Amino acid sequence: MSAIEHLDRGPLSMDELAAVIARDIPNGSFVNLGIGQPTKVADHLPEGSGVVLHTENGMLNMGPRASGSAVDPDLTNAGKVPVTELPGASYFHHADSFAMMRGGHLDVCVLGAYQVAFNGDLANWHTGRPDDIPAVGGAMDLAMGAKDVYVMMTLFSKDGSPKLVPACTMPLTGVGCVSRIYTDHAIIDVGPAGAAIVETFGMGAGEIGRRLGL
Amino acid sequence: MSRATIVETCDQAVTGIEDGSTILVGGFGFAGMPFDLIDALIRQGATDLTIVSNNAGNGEVGLAALLMAGRVRKVLCSFPRQSDSYVFDALYREGRIELEVVPQGNLAERMRAAGAGIGAFYCPTAVGTPLAEGKETRTIDGREYLLEYPIKGDYALIAAHAADTMGNLVYRKTARNFGPVMATAASTTIVQVTDVVPLGHLDPEAVVTPAIYVDRVVQVESQHHLVKGAR
Repeated sequence: MSAIEHLDRGPLSMDELAAVIARDIPNGSFVNLGIGQPTKVADHLPEGSGVVLHTENGMLNMGPRASGSAVDPDLTNAGKVPVTELPGASYFHHADSFAMMRGGHLDVCVLGAYQVAFNGDLANWHTGRPDDIPAVGGAMDLAMGAKDVYVMMTLFSKDGSPKLVPACTMPLTGVGCVSRIYTDHAIIDVGPAGAAIVETFGMGAGEIGRRLGL
Repeated sequence: MSRATIVETCDQAVTGIEDGSTILVGGFGFAGMPFDLIDALIRQGATDLTIVSNNAGNGEVGLAALLMAGRVRKVLCSFPRQSDSYVFDALYREGRIELEVVPQGNLAERMRAAGAGIGAFYCPTAVGTPLAEGKETRTIDGREYLLEYPIKGDYALIAAHAADTMGNLVYRKTARNFGPVMATAASTTIVQVTDVVPLGHLDPEAVVTPAIYVDRVVQVESQHHLVKGAR
């Protein structure tokens, strides 16, 4: 299958990327958005999408970020930012929250990443540098639990090296767990069959393939 | 175990905590953190503690204050490194505190197992990662799992919203987090609440932690903090 190429524009901004991910999340899905950039996806879910957001600290049907008098220290998201609840919200303890994740009840999870491998291996918790204090949070549980794990990241690091690689050099978060990566330059399926470019932005599939060594 | 006691002060609530204890400390960031019980534990003086909690302290209050007081030998947590975890970061870099990183769901489930009398369980989280090192593995229905052991506490310090005089607990919003699981997993569970209500004032259908898991309850004014630099 040949990739869709958008060559009349530059790469996606992070907000445009969030909108593209929101476009691809099926209506009515139960979705967990990871800390950082993935939380932007919530801002682009269309009205009436019926998407229910899960936050692993113990809530379903989480609403937007809280401000002003709506700030309640007892109501935060996984990034510890004050949020709101939507009608139909529910609260549960941590063991239940991760059981629903690990038990395969979540449809989609969107995570950030340092590296993803062609086979879907994910590295997003530890740079591996000796002076780095390791902190995993819920990343390993999310990676193994959701039916579809999407990664949201830039395709290349600041020095130009690809973050989609034949094999991760950083410590793994999960093995073969990622199904698709969403990046500024391309959407790429990954998994047992290897990497396949789906859609590109501001760069042709041929050039991306060459830079990634596909 | 005997029935829960309602005590007058946080200092009474933490009496008897021995040096070297393993203490489960509730909260996710600041939501559900038992600030007043931790302050009382600092005054009480127990040291050489092992702390099990999701984070390793924020700012200089709560768990971070306990760390700063030099009472903690080891932390088991999922996410020590945060924008305002400088107290833990400095102790760790100076080699003055041990750290065991546990994936968040495993932290919860291992305490659940401790409270439920489960000897160990197979879990797919962390297979193929550095956190799998040294763990027994088993393939079940074609999928690989790691053997995970319970985490039991000598004490749990948690915060809930309200208790009745028997010690039944209800929580508030995402401040529930680890509280219900920790309450089951410790030999002695100590709870701070913003309200103690008479028997019959909690809807039995809404009770989250039944009184059987609760040992001491103290009522305090609620103390609220927000994590700085949260993203």
